[in-house]
Amino acid sequence: MRIRNREEGTKQELNMTSMIDIVFLLLIFFVMTFKIVEMEGDFSVRMPLASNSSGAVDDTELPLKLRLKADENGRLTSIAMNEVQLGTDFNALRETVIGLVSGTQPGDSPEVGPEVEIDTDYNLRYEHVISAITAVSGYKVGDETVKLIEKIKFAKPRR
Amino acid sequence: MQVKAKKVDMAEGDMTPMIDMVFQLIAFFMVLINFGQTEANDRVVLPNSQLVKPPETKLDFPIILHIAQDGEVVLGGDTYTAETLRLGLNRELSVIVAEGKSPADANVIIRAHKDAAAGDVQEVIRVAQEQKLEKFALRVKEDRS
Repeated sequence: MRIRNREEGTKQELNMTSMIDIVFLLLIFFVMTFKIVEMEGDFSVRMPLASNSSGAVDDTELPLKLRLKADENGRLTSIAMNEVQLGTDFNALRETVIGLVSGTQPGDSPEVGPEVEIDTDYNLRYEHVISAITAVSGYKVGDETVKLIEKIKFAKPRR
Repeated sequence: MQVKAKKVDMAEGDMTPMIDMVFQLIAFFMVLINFGQTEANDRVVLPNSQLVKPPETKLDFPIILHIAQDGEVVLGGDTYTAETLRLGLNRELSVIVAEGKSPADANVIIRAHKDAAAGDVQEVIRVAQEQKLEKFALRVKEDRS
């Protein structure tokens, strides 16, 4: 007797629909929650509250005074380093700082290096302060960072 | 004439490349997803600086202060002004002291909006100094341009 095998040649296929549904749901979840992480860093400022002790102050330890002035809208109007007017150019500030700290040894620890005191108008925009801190902290040569002043502090806020 | 009805097979596209791609996309997003963005605050857009680099080690005992453009300070989900911030800082400091550390060991991370008044940031620093906090970190965005 001849038996015909009618099922021959048909493939058993898995039903992929539910898996694809879940996979697309996962994809949509990850796409919606995805956020590009912006790299952030810190400028460290060590600033204990000034003590009231009236000890003798060595002139060489006096901080460099950086004065930032602003107009009523918070825009930067002038930069002065130790009373020397530098306009509004942060590159000029950087050049001045390079001149001022050129006497210190590169191996000096930050604890013995010069200190800068930033005295700003109250309404100056914070980004200008960060630009000033960037200018006095160092500069980049290629990928290398050359450090200038690492000790930074703020003067009392001006009202 | 007898006409035989032909059984028409459903034309199915090959799904394999598409599934491959979708899995690759899922793997990509899974690797890059960052759930640990608790430090960020929508009200703060940080200023840029070319000099900063992401810290290699996490700061000890961080106290994160967000300063919005209008000078409001956000600490741990609560909003303060420079005058009332002392209360929030005291709460944070009590945790640090309970762990046997002093306020000088804590790191105050200041995330201020780029258009906030510099005086508002100084006021916040002054209030923190009065609580015997000494170490401050001014957080900025890395500028790679």
